[in-house]
Amino acid sequence: MKKKDNILKKIANKAYEFGFVSKIKTEVIEKGLNEDVIRLISGKKNEPEWLLEFRLEAYRHWLTMEMPRWAHLDIPPIDYQAISYYADPLKKNKEKNKEIDPELMKTFEKLGIPLEERLALSGTAVDAVMDSVSVKTTFKEELKEKGIIFCSMSEAVQEYPDLVRRYLGTVVNYRDNFYAALNTAVFSDGSFVYIPKGVRCPMELSTYFRINAANTGQFERTLIVADDDSYVSYLEGCTAPMRDENQLHAAIVEIVVNNNAEVKYSTVQNWYPGDSEGKGGVYNFVTKRGDCRGTNSKLSWTQVETGSAITWKYPSCILRGDNSQGEFYSVALTNNFQQADTGTKMIHLGKNTRSTIISKGISAGRSQNSYRGLVRVSKNAEGARNYSQCDSLLLGDKCGAHTFPYMDIHNNSAVIEHEATTSKISEDQLFYCNQRGIGTEEAIGLIVNGYAKEVLNKLPMEFAIEAQKLLSVSLEGAVG
Amino acid sequence: MENLLEIRNLHATIDGKEILKGIDLTVKAGEVHAIMGPNGSGKSTLSNVLVGHPAYTVTEGEVYYKGKNLLELSPEDRSHEGLFLSFQYPVEIPGVSITNFMRAAINAKRQYLGQEPMNATEFLKVMREKRALVNLDSKLANRSVNEGFSGGEKKRNEIFQMAMLEPTLSILDETDSGLDIDALRIVAEGVNKLKREDTSSLVITHYQRLLDYIKPDIVHVLYNGRIVKTAGPELVMELEERGYDWIKNENRQ
Repeated sequence: MKKKDNILKKIANKAYEFGFVSKIKTEVIEKGLNEDVIRLISGKKNEPEWLLEFRLEAYRHWLTMEMPRWAHLDIPPIDYQAISYYADPLKKNKEKNKEIDPELMKTFEKLGIPLEERLALSGTAVDAVMDSVSVKTTFKEELKEKGIIFCSMSEAVQEYPDLVRRYLGTVVNYRDNFYAALNTAVFSDGSFVYIPKGVRCPMELSTYFRINAANTGQFERTLIVADDDSYVSYLEGCTAPMRDENQLHAAIVEIVVNNNAEVKYSTVQNWYPGDSEGKGGVYNFVTKRGDCRGTNSKLSWTQVETGSAITWKYPSCILRGDNSQGEFYSVALTNNFQQADTGTKMIHLGKNTRSTIISKGISAGRSQNSYRGLVRVSKNAEGARNYSQCDSLLLGDKCGAHTFPYMDIHNNSAVIEHEATTSKISEDQLFYCNQRGIGTEEAIGLIVNGYAKEVLNKLPMEFAIEAQKLLSVSLEGAVG
Repeated sequence: MENLLEIRNLHATIDGKEILKGIDLTVKAGEVHAIMGPNGSGKSTLSNVLVGHPAYTVTEGEVYYKGKNLLELSPEDRSHEGLFLSFQYPVEIPGVSITNFMRAAINAKRQYLGQEPMNATEFLKVMREKRALVNLDSKLANRSVNEGFSGGEKKRNEIFQMAMLEPTLSILDETDSGLDIDALRIVAEGVNKLKREDTSSLVITHYQRLLDYIKPDIVHVLYNGRIVKTAGPELVMELEERGYDWIKNENRQ
């Protein structure tokens, strides 16, 4: 028995395969947050005056705010003065020449994200972000030929200031919440995407976020604008080294969808979840929102969340345009001491707007997993429809699954459906698999993937395979 | 003939209650044994203990299978070594297609045997062949394991899995329960088609009707945790005519 325990322990600790640290000379600014720090970040990025003012405004507002406490999360106190708000792995090298540190290239290669275009996954352009800086964006030129802009946010501020100014902060106002204000004050890099009228983006656009430096926070800022009659599929992946200290990731993603445009946003979130004792891990406090401004516009969020010590995240759709559609497909898996409070908001403002919510929670170990979702139908949203399905799967008896659906309906014509189930993987199911020669861990992987299939099917092919593996690996050691 | 399975003085408990009270049984390669007996005599316990169900504890005795100490093997390894149980109540596994399930099972076995995983083309070919053997609808094969299956479909799926895994010793636990006569015939025919000279079966049943189709070489009567009678196939008819009461009376102290 003891031997078996040891093996399980080993597997549990081995499970996070992206936990390595790269030795890259990184310029990290002093810890702490004040107006000078914000000026320093803005200065480093050579930002225009309006953007600095925007940051400072947000910062001043942030000072008046408090951390949200309503989520079903136990968040230890965070010392915002003990975090460094800017880490640049490119800096030291840039001074010498324009080449990227080979160690940096190696890091992304190790993560399965080759940054040389000849090695790239077919049909995918990548923006690779490490700590506070975008390292490289591939296929930029090819995309430019179609008028598509895909670059880092810092670059967009320099190259397309008018576009950025027109849209930045219009979907997620800094007053929205505590982390949104913090992000607006100190945001570093992220991706900027603009799809012009009538263009169908010919490849998947993807951003890969990597935290590497210690004691730093990552404050990604992503803005996607899909103009009339356009289409884009965007993917986001994230990993971080294994560290005993917690690290803060507070991002904002804003999406604007105009008339007849469609955006698919997929995330495979695999930030370091902490060890099996609950030590370390990333705090993932993220505001993601899309504004379906145009008629017949469509936004679809798909997320597979396996990482982070604590997740606080509600990718939402504002269905402003008539006939606009919002979708949210989510698999959130928590193991060991992880906590997740995640879900969505579907805000129906336009007529005949439709939304679909499919949420699959999986809890193992001593983790706590909550779905929190809001469906709001405003007075003028004639003919709104929503379908919500929230399922929870429990592994073991020390974990928790919770569902908090909110409905706020102000129009009688709305049709709202809500279904929820809670199930357990039974001993009988596992034994049935064992009898057929399938080991318990593999059996759990099989059952969990079967349970999450509806959501995984929404992911682009290569991502779906990755996500399947990730779900199995994240549960290794979940039963003993 | 070699002994494929040798059970010596096997005692087993569930929740602290002794169900098997000293079983002795030897199955040689190629033999079909029927284990009959009234309800609650320990038939299902015996099959569960043989495949290593964790709810049961072996308190005494030994089991050798292909000369190996069976009780030391994990349930998976028992399966890889060719032991198969057709469950009395097959469980549903929502979201997992029979195809994926069988692929995982076959490749786990191949890994155990040091073989390469079966490639997709080959696998689908084998699936087709074995499906035909037990008349399993192709639509059924794409559905989740046992989910929403009728009683007959579940049992047919068990025999299909048996065909896929090609076991050396198959245990059919009350495979006839809940089947109408047509379903029973199809399932039994499937089992007979799979029979080879070197494979053996333990057919566990309360009634004689399954044994009209699957002919046993040796028949045992299990009562109160012990095998109280062993004879040739003629015992089946005798039990059918006289019921189990005379067995109970004979064994009353």
